[in-house]
Amino acid sequence: MQETRIVLRNVGKINPVKACEYAAAGGYEGLKKAFSLTQDQVIGTLKESGLRGRGGAGFPAGLKWQFVKNTPANQKYIVCNADEGEPGTNKDRVILAGDPNSVFEGMAIAGFAVGADKGYIYLRAEYPSLLISLNEALADARANGFLGKNIMGGGFDFDIEVRSGAGAYVCGEETALIESIEGKRGEPRFKPPYPGVSGLWGAPTVVNNVETLANVAQILINGAAWFKAIGTEACAGTKLFTLCGNIANPGVYEFPMGVNLKDLFAVGGGCPDGKKLLAVQTGGSSGSFLRADQIDLDMDIDNCAAKGATLGSGAILFIDETNCILDVLQDIMEFFVHESCGKCTPCREGNFRLLQMITAFNEGRAKEGYADTMLDLSSTMMSASLCGLGQSSPTAIVTSINNFRDVFCVKGCGRERGNK
Amino acid sequence: MQGKGCNCSAKPTEPAVLAKVAAIAAPYKGREDMLIQVLREAQTVADNAVAKDVAAVIAKEMGLPLVKVYGVATFYAMFSTECRGKYVIRVCKSAPCKVKGAVEVLKAFEEELGISCGETTDDCKFTLETCECLGICDISPAVMINDEIYGDLTPAKVKEVIAKY
Repeated sequence: MQETRIVLRNVGKINPVKACEYAAAGGYEGLKKAFSLTQDQVIGTLKESGLRGRGGAGFPAGLKWQFVKNTPANQKYIVCNADEGEPGTNKDRVILAGDPNSVFEGMAIAGFAVGADKGYIYLRAEYPSLLISLNEALADARANGFLGKNIMGGGFDFDIEVRSGAGAYVCGEETALIESIEGKRGEPRFKPPYPGVSGLWGAPTVVNNVETLANVAQILINGAAWFKAIGTEACAGTKLFTLCGNIANPGVYEFPMGVNLKDLFAVGGGCPDGKKLLAVQTGGSSGSFLRADQIDLDMDIDNCAAKGATLGSGAILFIDETNCILDVLQDIMEFFVHESCGKCTPCREGNFRLLQMITAFNEGRAKEGYADTMLDLSSTMMSASLCGLGQSSPTAIVTSINNFRDVFCVKGCGRERGNK
Repeated sequence: MQGKGCNCSAKPTEPAVLAKVAAIAAPYKGREDMLIQVLREAQTVADNAVAKDVAAVIAKEMGLPLVKVYGVATFYAMFSTECRGKYVIRVCKSAPCKVKGAVEVLKAFEEELGISCGETTDDCKFTLETCECLGICDISPAVMINDEIYGDLTPAKVKEVIAKY
């Protein structure tokens, strides 16, 4: 199956830190196009294209921009969320390493559309080499007049600064990310107000994922109709998928929204060493566990949600028969206990209790009713947690109980029955 | 993160190190937003850690309350308030690495270095930690040693990796 490379079109083909090479490949034409339009026309095109956020939530990007444009303020900001922390996801790293200018251009177009002259890329600390190459690419873009004052003679000023995180999954949540750029502990804010109204230093702020921004210029150049024709009705465009775990050819692949999970498994070459597939977790650690017989699934935001799966950031973890579901779940819950910021009780206590119970199953100490208690607690966490972390962290537990119910019996320890 | 034999945290930080930290922090007086970047840089000159006296210098130079510096230093996984070895080994334990043998890799590091996870070697050279997804799942199981990345690890390869340091 052939990839459809829109976001990754330049990756591996140009010198990523040279703005001129990007421009020679048709880069910065989208920004030029934007200059010939009004702010509302740019936002209108984006809305019409149906581009939805690629970080996991799937919020319409054009609408987000509209909110920020409509909020009157002297200072506005564009923030690129490059805090790619979802385990199993590394698509943003591939984009930022291979074609950073596509993201800079997307940010500049966003700045033009909403009236912002300053952007920040919030980069996770685990990518130190990217911090260096991004700064190099920014300096080169500035030197060639694609960033800075009076960009390409269009009378528009826009510049970008990279800010590094320091290892906190929760900073992928937009308000926690903003707190972190401000130099604080990355604890999520209460919403509303949303960042579009009051974000970075209280200013209206667009926060978009790397992959979302990398699509923007192509939409302006080729038009909304072109973009809408790719993917599915409600989820236009392509999606980057990170195939990982027990898969022969792990890596980042770009396919139209709605690609079938079965086909992704085939593209990845199946499980290595002739092992059988036990389970798939879609959407990262905060995503859903599916049985091997459930992978005939069209991967777009809405279809996944309707079928009890998760598209999320596009991470797909394949797990073979040598693993134990309970064992993996325990690890996932350890992750969330570690990463919960502790600000709200449902998340702080809930993840801790889920971990206790899953550990009890693993060690053969679970009591009757634990599985139902976990479902009950999960439902509370999903509705009462302050941010997306606590709202989505029980997903792995809930979907495992639904799809692998046999494993959650109280006789014997996890290893003895986990591979069923 | 206090090691078995490493006792550095009990001693005050050397004045020369504190002077380096002051030089890193001083340009950012009143720039609270630069605190994380300053802490990152300060750690590289101060035993991979933000000790109390290091935090105090940063607070003074940046014009921030000490509690603010401490609050940030204890929130993020990459900061430590206890001294760490010259090389911090972070073994990814997230699900994608886990299903490809991260537990065995961690065990191999523990055996090879003679310390448990969370400890520092007697010579203050290595600190062994686990961490969450490093975003290099295509080469899992993976580890990061300071800023260097090593992937597709097996217990046998761990010895070779350590030998490089």
